[in-house]
Amino acid sequence: MSRQRAAGPLFVAPFLVLFLLLFLAPLGYAAYLSLFQERLIGGTVFVGLDNYVQALGDSQFLGGVGRVALFFLIQVPVMLLLALLFALALDSGLLRLARVIRLGIFVPYAVPSVVAALMWGYLYGPDFGPFAQLSRTLDLPAPHFLSDGWMLGSLANIVTWEFVGYNMIILYAALRTVPQDLYEAAAMDGAGAWRIAWSIKLPALRPALLLTLLFSVIGSFQLFNEPNLLMKIAPDVISSSYTANLYAYSLAFTGQQVNYAATVSFLLGLVIVVASYAVLLTANRRRTS
Amino acid sequence: MTTTTPTAAVAPVAERVHSAPAKGRRPSARRSTPLTIAMLAALAYFLLPLFWLLIASTKSTQDLFDSFGLWFSHAPQLLTNITETFTQDDGVFLHWLLNTVMYAVVSALGAALLAAAGGYGFAKFRFRGDRAAFNLVLGAVMVPTTALAIPTYLLFAKAGLVNTPWAIILPSLVNPFGLYLMRVYAQDAVPDSILEAARIDGAGEARIFFRIVLRLLGPGLVTVLLFTLVATWNNYFLPLIMLNDPDLYPITVGLASWAAQAQNGGAGASSDMLPLVVTGSLISVVPLVVAFLMLQRYWQSGLAAGGVKQ
Repeated sequence: MSRQRAAGPLFVAPFLVLFLLLFLAPLGYAAYLSLFQERLIGGTVFVGLDNYVQALGDSQFLGGVGRVALFFLIQVPVMLLLALLFALALDSGLLRLARVIRLGIFVPYAVPSVVAALMWGYLYGPDFGPFAQLSRTLDLPAPHFLSDGWMLGSLANIVTWEFVGYNMIILYAALRTVPQDLYEAAAMDGAGAWRIAWSIKLPALRPALLLTLLFSVIGSFQLFNEPNLLMKIAPDVISSSYTANLYAYSLAFTGQQVNYAATVSFLLGLVIVVASYAVLLTANRRRTS
Repeated sequence: MTTTTPTAAVAPVAERVHSAPAKGRRPSARRSTPLTIAMLAALAYFLLPLFWLLIASTKSTQDLFDSFGLWFSHAPQLLTNITETFTQDDGVFLHWLLNTVMYAVVSALGAALLAAAGGYGFAKFRFRGDRAAFNLVLGAVMVPTTALAIPTYLLFAKAGLVNTPWAIILPSLVNPFGLYLMRVYAQDAVPDSILEAARIDGAGEARIFFRIVLRLLGPGLVTVLLFTLVATWNNYFLPLIMLNDPDLYPITVGLASWAAQAQNGGAGASSDMLPLVVTGSLISVVPLVVAFLMLQRYWQSGLAAGGVKQ
């Protein structure tokens, strides 16, 4: 028994050591840096929470957070609803070619987001994008996918394209574990396909839906790759503070404001953790009430 | 917080998941044509950009502008484009491809092994502080990796690790969700009776882990491996901030730099970087798509275990 007791910590130690060095240490270091400011005269000085006060009144930071929050509220429901509908359709047993459809919808997940953003950027484009080409042929005005009014929707489309399949697979896998006898019993009681989906499948999907929702909170609030790439083809629309993460990046690497960048990163992390817990608490309260 | 803390109550699910692919689905005789058509329309949306990419990879810059995007031009030149992609800038694209493979494979193997050992340790051993340590890791699942990237960069800059392969590999080794998945998986997939029997036979703990446990953890292991592989392969933010030597770039950062060049060279038909960006994108997509299709049996059941059990 003693040998066994010693083995447990040895198995978890490598992970925990790296976790400490690569997860907790950067967090601690960012928290530390955020308490200082670099001044032209006097060098680096301790300023307490001044950087946080500055960030909370910084319209560029707040604008970026607001934009990703809006993005989250619009894009995530659409994406998860599509994923849910597709998963239910696949699980219904009513589809022909179900395997081909399932894998085909999932394939975009294997495409790097850089490639996805480049591809969609070219597809949206006014020069050789097929949408612009088609409208030229038909003598219609070309849709301005990359204009100020459309940009957030165009970004939402890219992210939706990338992740519907991934979420669909998680939900579909969860559906497959519902015992078959439940459906048979319900069908015996005269329940139709919609009734079974609503009363048995949806409740069974709760944990999986919550998981996909949590991953989506994290994903949308740290939005970076797609706007960073579309920035190059639409520099007038996407500013360097379009999302909170873009802002932190440009602070650190263009502005050389290391301490303030650490503050913004830390605050953004905090926003995400708070949003995740809000999602969890809402979900739990709904279940108990 | 019952929703994110795995408990013993979730035990029996994995076995059902395991057997799911083998078990025949309800022999539902009736198939729905309208539903199939609707889903095929959805499928078309998901495959359209990739179809465009395939077509565009066969075109010269001139043809990209002059011919319709969703069909071949009169003079397809896929092979010419591929050759040019690999010879541009003294073959730097091949460097990027090999870098990506190296970063992704080392990270994925390391992360999967660390998560498997840790998950097994938490699932099958009781020791002082095990619960607190596990909850700490679980709480980290919600800490966004991108928000962590700039602090990690600042720390690595101090340690002199910036602009080395370690700057990409080390952060990818720690996968809190992978550890959670492996712990849940190990709980059912590794029966205590087998461990007991091996111990009675006098096998050491390390030998038991490498000879018996790793094999039993198979599908879960492949899942963590594959998803870390994808995460590292597709990673853009971390290498973008960590590396400034083009010879160390992974394919994502390299392609983005080419795309910026193509853009700056004027998006006009004179820009000869455009076909390289498009063809390079196509080449970078192929390996992962093939890996997913070949290993689908494993990752689908592995994902199920993670998604179902909360």
